[in-house]
Amino acid sequence: MAPTDQRADEREAAFYAIVDSDGRIEPRDDMPEAYRRTLVRQIAQHAHSEIIGMQPEGNWISRAPSLRRKAILLAKVQDEAGHGLYLYAAAETLGVSRDQLLDLLHTRKQKYSSIFNYPTLTWADVGAIGWLVDGAAITNQVPLTRCSYGPYARAMVRICKEESFHQRQGFEALLTLTRGTPAQKAMAQDALDRWWYPSLAMFGPPDSGEQVSGGHTEQSMRWGIKRFSNDELRQRFVDMTVPQSEVLGLSIPDPDLRWNEERGHYDFTAPDYDELFRVIKGDGPCNAQRLEHRVTAHADGAWVREAAAAYASKKREQAA
Amino acid sequence: MTSTEWPLWEVFVRARRGLSHIHVGSLHAPDAAMAVRNARDVYTRRGEGVSIWVVPSDQITASSPDEKDAFFDPAADKVYRHPTFYEVPAEAKHL
Repeated sequence: MAPTDQRADEREAAFYAIVDSDGRIEPRDDMPEAYRRTLVRQIAQHAHSEIIGMQPEGNWISRAPSLRRKAILLAKVQDEAGHGLYLYAAAETLGVSRDQLLDLLHTRKQKYSSIFNYPTLTWADVGAIGWLVDGAAITNQVPLTRCSYGPYARAMVRICKEESFHQRQGFEALLTLTRGTPAQKAMAQDALDRWWYPSLAMFGPPDSGEQVSGGHTEQSMRWGIKRFSNDELRQRFVDMTVPQSEVLGLSIPDPDLRWNEERGHYDFTAPDYDELFRVIKGDGPCNAQRLEHRVTAHADGAWVREAAAAYASKKREQAA
Repeated sequence: MTSTEWPLWEVFVRARRGLSHIHVGSLHAPDAAMAVRNARDVYTRRGEGVSIWVVPSDQITASSPDEKDAFFDPAADKVYRHPTFYEVPAEAKHL
């Protein structure tokens, strides 16, 4: 064996020794190139989802029904921007630049969560997003706080703390509607009807499908990036959410939903995965609008970034 | 826009009086003043701190993980630096 090969083997062994003992990989450690690429893709996609996710809710800031709701919504949307920043910063520790990542988003070479390609038609949708979409996100994200890549895990700890406010405010907004007039309650039910299946689809394709399509889950589990399969997380979300819907007095739009004593879980109808793939491929109700808005906002902000850079360089010259 | 990417800063926050500043993350900003303002908005939205430091990331010198073993070796075999190394009779109090 050539000395360089031996050196590479030792590095790989050192990497797996850390991962296998549930240790954390840090930015300057040696890591397999495929591990690095997988993380860049996953963290970037996660970051893109945070900042694109500002749009469906931002849509309602100027039309929130009270000053209290408006202040809450502003704080939530500001949090999403912050979450995007934590995640972009984590991705940058893997040797990609912020500009590169934004460019990949703007040119459709990297994706964001398909859920944000659905429109927010009524005020109740803002509540449903907090309750269901953030609830699903939390279910996905809590295990990521123990992800093998240190910067990603640390970003997730911070994010999960803040998401809990997001979910509770959404639940409370819906609860207020369900205790209101019949029309308000109907609006809440309509929002649940539209957001239920897209929320279930947030956990990705079913496990059997993943095994057929190349085993991303298995590899990510080997690396300590992923801790639970898509279907396990989806089940966990359903088991948590059904009792909450009963507190709200709303019915989940699934005639086959029932408690399975034997399994100790709810049986439920799977989301339409063909729809999920169509939306991921770009054919959702708002794909074009979301990306166009994002690109325009970035272009419109160019003069601010340039002015701040020019001001900083002028200050440096004056100080010199 | 690639040429105008703002420099990277590391952010340290003192959670409250009596504690050290600890590293909380990083951000891009055109200068130190903006870095402090952005750090406030990003890392202390819920009263997480009473003081913020920002340091340009490229000003940090780090020990390399590659030389980890050799670099930290000198401490590894000096167990006598720890109080538990010494055996003293139980009657000897306050040691």
